[in-house]
Amino acid sequence: MQRIGVFVCHCGSNIAATVDVKKVVEMMKKEPGVCHAEDYPYMCSEAGQMKILEAVKEHHLTGVVVCSCSPRMHEATFRKAAERAGLNPYMVEIANIREHCSWIHKDMEEATEKAVILARAAVAKVNLNTPLQAGESRVTKRALVIGGGIAGIQTAIDIADAGYEVDIVEKTPSIGGRMSQLDKTFPTLDCSACILTPKMVEAAAHEKINIYTYSEVDKVTGFVGDFTVDIRKKARSVNSDKCTGCGVCQEKCPSKKSLNEFNRGLNTRSAIYTPFAQAIPNVPVIDRDACIKFKTGKCGVCEKVCQAGAIDYAQQDEIITEKYGAIVVATGFDTIKLDNYDEYAYNQSKDVITSLELERIMNAAGPTKGHLERLSDGKAPKEMVFIQCVGSRCSDNRGKSYCSKICCMYTAKHAMLIRDKYPDVNVTVFYIDVRTPGKNFDEFYRRAVEEYGVNYVKGQVGKVAPLPNGKLLVQGSDLLDNKQILKEADMVVLATAIEPEASVRKIATMLTASIDTNNFLTEAHPKLRPVESPTAGVFLSGVCQGPKDIPETVAQAGAAAVKAIGLLAKDKLTTNPCTAKPDELLCNGCSQCANVCPYGAITYLDKEVNDHGIRETRRIAQVNSALCQGCGACTVTCPSGAMDLQGFSNRQIIAEVDAICR
Amino acid sequence: MPLNENEFRPKIVAFCCNWCSYAGADLAGSSRLSYPADVKIIKVPCSCRVNPMFILRAFEKGADGVILCGCHPGDCHYSTGNYYARRRMTLLFSMLEYLGIEKGRTRVEWVSAAEGVKFSQTMNEFVETIRSLGKNVRLGDLRCKN
Repeated sequence: MQRIGVFVCHCGSNIAATVDVKKVVEMMKKEPGVCHAEDYPYMCSEAGQMKILEAVKEHHLTGVVVCSCSPRMHEATFRKAAERAGLNPYMVEIANIREHCSWIHKDMEEATEKAVILARAAVAKVNLNTPLQAGESRVTKRALVIGGGIAGIQTAIDIADAGYEVDIVEKTPSIGGRMSQLDKTFPTLDCSACILTPKMVEAAAHEKINIYTYSEVDKVTGFVGDFTVDIRKKARSVNSDKCTGCGVCQEKCPSKKSLNEFNRGLNTRSAIYTPFAQAIPNVPVIDRDACIKFKTGKCGVCEKVCQAGAIDYAQQDEIITEKYGAIVVATGFDTIKLDNYDEYAYNQSKDVITSLELERIMNAAGPTKGHLERLSDGKAPKEMVFIQCVGSRCSDNRGKSYCSKICCMYTAKHAMLIRDKYPDVNVTVFYIDVRTPGKNFDEFYRRAVEEYGVNYVKGQVGKVAPLPNGKLLVQGSDLLDNKQILKEADMVVLATAIEPEASVRKIATMLTASIDTNNFLTEAHPKLRPVESPTAGVFLSGVCQGPKDIPETVAQAGAAAVKAIGLLAKDKLTTNPCTAKPDELLCNGCSQCANVCPYGAITYLDKEVNDHGIRETRRIAQVNSALCQGCGACTVTCPSGAMDLQGFSNRQIIAEVDAICR
Repeated sequence: MPLNENEFRPKIVAFCCNWCSYAGADLAGSSRLSYPADVKIIKVPCSCRVNPMFILRAFEKGADGVILCGCHPGDCHYSTGNYYARRRMTLLFSMLEYLGIEKGRTRVEWVSAAEGVKFSQTMNEFVETIRSLGKNVRLGDLRCKN
């Protein structure tokens, strides 16, 4: 029989306002095995933890139940406290009477009754707890960063500067990401390439950083400290070691009709291409779907003109298998598809563009060499309309429910830059709200309005209709003056919502990292662990976790790097001791447990057993506790009931069920 | 909701996996999304840890409904656990129906760590279903009388 102490936390008024903690204490004193029960305002405080230490000493406790917040918050705290008191840390159980009780119920009697039942279940479980010893596992001192945008680059540089090897995997032919597509950045109007390219060069030149471009993560196995990752290096058809980056192949390539992804499809590129001038590595890629040589077997112009002999049509995809201790996801974002938004005529008129497309148009390396002109007829616009929240803050299912966060600021930037360079162009912005929280952000927006005379109209646009004269009729409302507005515009720019890069779903599945309904990766705690995934060893950097601007992305990238460094700096990790354990006398060696184990942790051994005096050699399941992650799949599969999960044993769970249904 | 002596208060056991659904329930809590106090949660590492025996035991001991929550298909922390759970529960639930326990008394739901709203909605719906089904008396003769 255990000697259990029950500690009921008030959590200030978070619990005590809805749960009669004194009553819970009184009721717990009657439970079998309980020899001490008390309540305290803040169990997680040092004084609260001392209560546990003192009670263990005074009452010779062998088990502890803390009725408090979620075990996800303070289980570790109370386990440490128990350890300090000389108890095995796994003799502690938490009854979650805050998140699962006091915060969701209003009636005191009802909530108290439920708290008593939850505490009773925890006591019933602790009665059957056994001391468990955590094992150790090694840490591979190398990090993988998935995504080579500013988030991935910054994370990689920070980890590498701390002295650890880092690999960046980037699926496009160059690192740089979305930031490389931007022309200027708010609120300073820095040239985006001017501040990004030094970072790209730094990453590429760093002795600890290894960059795999045009590569994707194919497979991830293992766990924190010891991941094994297959990286697919897609065939570039160009030998990176030989290529000098002279660019002659791209000039001479006869297939020039492929849409230029870097310029958002606004112009075309050759079949052999580097996405942009500052690309790293400066080694082109052959787009095999567009290349005449690959399609018809005839051509080979690039091979003929290449002085370095770098063209290699026979190149195959290569799989590289590498071990990592930590993985940082920095997969970034894309703008949403506008198929659901026919009213803005995006698919009907070339002069209705997204903000990211405008970014390319304004850029000197873009499709119009930086001249602001209509894509339909090349004429300079006189009247421009910006529409905010296209697909953001959407209450129906067409778009996204969230605010994309960056649009208000980049629209102010676009408006300001256009008014500065082309003072004769009128700029009107239709908005729901202007959101400018951030250092020097509101000042920036006010400058757009006050100094640059940008016309902000509070109201939404219902329809954009192409007119026979080539202009666009914008029908909107002005909510402040309560009137309808009809405006003829030459160009319309849509502040399109951003969403996580589509590939993140596949990556999250491979990493078993949790993802929300909008495909943003979930953080371990929304406030206190914002750069960690709930999956140990996986960290989040940049917009894959939620909409962010560049400074926030860089800050988060650094934070993710610190978390990864903290992990890599350890030589050993303690492993979860809640692993599967077979009962040798019950096991009949049928292999069913090994068949369902996702980690290959179960093997078989011919072992001599003493079954009630009968000595014989039997085939018995063996669990490798270093590989077992404690899911429990084997325990249910086992036909003879030989396999059980330590810390969540059949008897423990049944005891909880019984306590709840009593 | 104040307690009413005559009102039927079902006993409901919810098995929640540690990685998704338990966290989803925590989010429902911190977002103050209420659901009836009749639901009591048992934490398991993965939905695949739930032995059909636990559910039979719950009904045997007088539970009026049992719900199992896990990660969405494809999102299991242990890669494949929820698929095992889904298959086992499909078999178990059809057997329970054969024994006379209505289909509505058992349920499997996928709730991610970010779906506090879904957790609360699911529990509200489930309790509503159990209340309309009334007390689970069909297994009365199988239940331990001690």
